[in-house]
Amino acid sequence: MSGWLAFLLPWEFSPLAAALALGAAIAFVRGVRRAPPGQAVGVARRIGFFTGLALLYFVMQTHFDYLSQHMFYIHRLQHLVLHHVGPFLIALSQPQTVIARGLPARLHERVLTPVWRHPLVQGAYRLLQNWFVAPVLFVGLIYLWLTPEIHFYAMLSGPLYHVMNWSMLLDGLLFWFLMLDPRTREQGALLSLGPRIGVLLVAAVPQLLIGADIALATHDLFNVYGVCGRAWAIDPLEDQQLGGLITWIPAAMMHAVGTLVVLSYWMRSK
Amino acid sequence: MSTLRRAWLVALALLLASCGGGGPWQLKDIKGVVPDLAFNLSDDSGRRVSAADYRGRTVLLFFGYTNCPDVCPTTLIKLSAALKDLGPAAQGVQVLFVTVDPKRDTLEALHRYVRAFGPHVTGLRGSAAELRELAKRYRISYSYGEPDASGNYEVTHSSAVFVFDAEGNARLMILPGSGEKAIAHDLKLLVGTQQG
Repeated sequence: MSGWLAFLLPWEFSPLAAALALGAAIAFVRGVRRAPPGQAVGVARRIGFFTGLALLYFVMQTHFDYLSQHMFYIHRLQHLVLHHVGPFLIALSQPQTVIARGLPARLHERVLTPVWRHPLVQGAYRLLQNWFVAPVLFVGLIYLWLTPEIHFYAMLSGPLYHVMNWSMLLDGLLFWFLMLDPRTREQGALLSLGPRIGVLLVAAVPQLLIGADIALATHDLFNVYGVCGRAWAIDPLEDQQLGGLITWIPAAMMHAVGTLVVLSYWMRSK
Repeated sequence: MSTLRRAWLVALALLLASCGGGGPWQLKDIKGVVPDLAFNLSDDSGRRVSAADYRGRTVLLFFGYTNCPDVCPTTLIKLSAALKDLGPAAQGVQVLFVTVDPKRDTLEALHRYVRAFGPHVTGLRGSAAELRELAKRYRISYSYGEPDASGNYEVTHSSAVFVFDAEGNARLMILPGSGEKAIAHDLKLLVGTQQG
């Protein structure tokens, strides 16, 4: 029992991650309580939001992060949560209006709203959130951090490691908020439902390719784990094959589920 | 914020390294990527030592254990051979062998073990907490296997040798695949720049 509790303590405590997780959770709960009549937040949305948030916290701020630094396939699980599952669940539950309602009014009105409406922020957001840049960034980051030479340094350098993980999380949130916006283009979404299905299907292909390439490789591509020591004794190729499979299959499944969600929006809009 | 700034410095260092064709080094360049040398441990004669005690010398930091069947002895033999190639310059080089198995590696056992690999090798040993802290600093890991019937167990651990210059800055990394010639080449260069 105490072993499990110790496992749940942060390996490298990040005040930013802890503050964001706690702040988002409190603001969400307050937002649910303050929901005006007719806008009650359903159970599914609450479960989706808290599951996503808890998963993100778990992979970043417990000893799971230690294992991610010293085992390739656990690192791939961590990125699956940071880039796919966590942001997917959060975007699916559409928490932004709930959180905004739960924030202190002054913070919301004087800081966040003006910043969000600033032309520079809006410009940057629109530059990233379109049918071309969003999937290129989404797939590009996976390929970038899985380039063996870059991967080596990301695992060796603390600061670079954190940049890698935060970049995956931020990009995951951007991508899935764009894809899973329940509104149609006419209702204010940035991208129509049809193009979104196209983006989801096309962006899955390079992930299948790199996952299969890693899973089927017959030599050790990521020697940093052997160099720095694995979390426990495991055959390096077995570690790599598992990691490749995780990059390949669950990631592609998330795109299939995302496609179904967008199809359901489309059916509803008809 | 300082994390972000350091990350930028690392990115910049990597960019410069890749633009410059990797510099003169044959080993892996880790300048700016890995923190500088710092530790508080006991050496194999029982004296408390820290990084300051090795300032002025090129330090090769390596993690292992005396019952290690393969990686540790082959690495230490390789380092000894490279130091022999260095000639008199080897005087400026210190190999630090940190045991990741302090339970079985008593100071005596450690002392006997490192002596076998030559005068440039010193064994270091710390408490479980000191060792954990050091491992975290260099982002390396070690773990213990299940003991067999006679109580022997294997330790999974890092195979890298971290090379620090005379000021204690991390400079190079020796990997299991690095050859004796490459090690001697780079150490000669590194020790030379320190003394010249």
